[in-house]
Amino acid sequence: MKSLIKILAIAVVLVAVSCKKDTAPNYQFMPNMYESVGYETYSESTAFRNGVEAQLPAEGSVARGFIPFDIENTTEGYELAKATLTSPLDSTQVDLERGKALYDIYCGICHGNKGDGQGNLVKREKILGIPNYADREITEGSTYHTIYYGKNAMGSYANQINEEERWQVVSYVLKLRADLVK
Amino acid sequence: MKKPYQSLEVNITNNMKKVIHRKLSKNILGLGLIILLVFTASLSAQEGDPAKGKSLFNANCAACHQLDKKMTGPALRNVEARLADEQGLDRAWIYDWVHNSSGLIKSGDAYANKVYNEYAGAAMTAFPQLSEKDIDDILAYTAEVKKEAPTAVAAAGTGAEAGATTGGVSNELVLAALAVLFALLAVGLVLVNKTLRRFAEAQGVELPEETKRMPLWKAFVKNQFLMLVSAIFLLLAGAYFIYGYLMQVGIDQGYQPVQPIHFSHKIHAGDNGIDCKYCHSSARVSKTSGIPSVNVCMNCHKSIYEYNGETSAEYTKEFYDDQIKKLYAAAGWDDANQKYTGDSQPVKWVRIHNLPDFVYFNHSQHVSVAGVECQTCHGPVETMEVMYQHAPLTMGWCIDCHRTTNVKVEDNAYYEKIHEELSKKYGVEKLTAAQMGGLECGKCHY
Repeated sequence: MKSLIKILAIAVVLVAVSCKKDTAPNYQFMPNMYESVGYETYSESTAFRNGVEAQLPAEGSVARGFIPFDIENTTEGYELAKATLTSPLDSTQVDLERGKALYDIYCGICHGNKGDGQGNLVKREKILGIPNYADREITEGSTYHTIYYGKNAMGSYANQINEEERWQVVSYVLKLRADLVK
Repeated sequence: MKKPYQSLEVNITNNMKKVIHRKLSKNILGLGLIILLVFTASLSAQEGDPAKGKSLFNANCAACHQLDKKMTGPALRNVEARLADEQGLDRAWIYDWVHNSSGLIKSGDAYANKVYNEYAGAAMTAFPQLSEKDIDDILAYTAEVKKEAPTAVAAAGTGAEAGATTGGVSNELVLAALAVLFALLAVGLVLVNKTLRRFAEAQGVELPEETKRMPLWKAFVKNQFLMLVSAIFLLLAGAYFIYGYLMQVGIDQGYQPVQPIHFSHKIHAGDNGIDCKYCHSSARVSKTSGIPSVNVCMNCHKSIYEYNGETSAEYTKEFYDDQIKKLYAAAGWDDANQKYTGDSQPVKWVRIHNLPDFVYFNHSQHVSVAGVECQTCHGPVETMEVMYQHAPLTMGWCIDCHRTTNVKVEDNAYYEKIHEELSKKYGVEKLTAAQMGGLECGKCHY
């Protein structure tokens, strides 16, 4: 009789273990210590009308340390940036190593790590028609404008790299172009 | 003295031959041209080289134009014929447009302005580097008749599927045949046994009678020693399993939820080699690694509207194309008109890696400062068709890594002094994260 109970207990445990499915999260010991009281990143929330924690900032608000970019996302804006906008980084602040690291992550996949328009996605014929930097008249301003707003099929990268990082990438792009034109 | 004369003679005859030959070929060419002109007037537009045109098209135009689909710019299949028929514009106009479209717009050309306004003022890049011959080649490529490739691919696909299913059937057949064989063997054994017994009976051989014995379980219960041993064994085994079960509560290793959009890390990070931080850009600079907003997806998927890679029976091209359509619905992207409708839907991704609320973890500290590879904790993500949790994310797992990993102090002025002092204190060259205080409770629990 005793052993029967034990066999039953083992069976229960085994069933409980085998019930663990990979598509559902596991049990937690004390859920109120696991689950955050505050809103977690990307969580759902009933506090807002559209039910998500991630809210857009109020219109017209400016984040601390953020400097608004005045030039518009138009062809005229592009030409204006090309003619007038210059990098705020001086020669001591330009860090080509960091620029390269960022460029390789965000730009190299299409533009190629050498800037020749032969990135991996181009080689695999996923995205075509990426120009070689040497074939384009680009300046600091036009490159920054393109990173900020995107151009034609290229999207904006303003949300992936911040202002200082964008200017580092710009410096690196111009260095690549100088190497290619040589 | 004879030689020069001879060679001169040879030269003359050679030249004469050549001249005759040239004239002949010219005549043939002329005849051929006349025949061609007579039979197909439209061929005159195709003097360019379509093969060269294709490579030029892919290198220069394909960023904004496709042959059969409106992208940033209009579809270009048969563009020359289309312009000639609808607008009465000739090839010279196309040269002008390609070489300097904005100049043409400024000159007040009616159709140029119409196109410019139709595409919301997206000015086409000027291509002065393309010669008229290059443009002829590209036009020859755009004038090519559309190939009916998709149907052929589909046919091949169904063929492959049929092959796979027949493979499955043959496997099952082999198994069934084996089962039948074993059943026959069993029946055969029973029959042999029966016949042998009948023989024994017929020949009067005495078969030993089975004596009534005590049932096994009763003997087991009566044996006190055996009972004790088995009880101890069962207790220990039970404790082992219960302990194992309790220890895995709260651990989600291997958790693999079904996501609203089937995003394959294998295709994106593996096949295409996109850096993790391209999409999870905030892992560099913030606590959370960040789920990319759909505009990051659209960076590429504005141009990539269909899947053309490897497929399997489970993940077909249609299946993947559906996922891209789901993305377009979420982003509010109208693919036919290449416009955002403004009607977007947040994607309800299911979170996989989730640390308890009582522990602090910061991605930027590990990714940017320590330079830890994403794969160290997240496993071979670039091979995962469906994402799952690779590491147990328990405290023991964190501590193990802190004990064995050396802190990257090179080129980091912040660590110079503290590294110097601590390495003196511990008498070691390289410091592990634990020696830097990576085991202090308050580092992660506060």
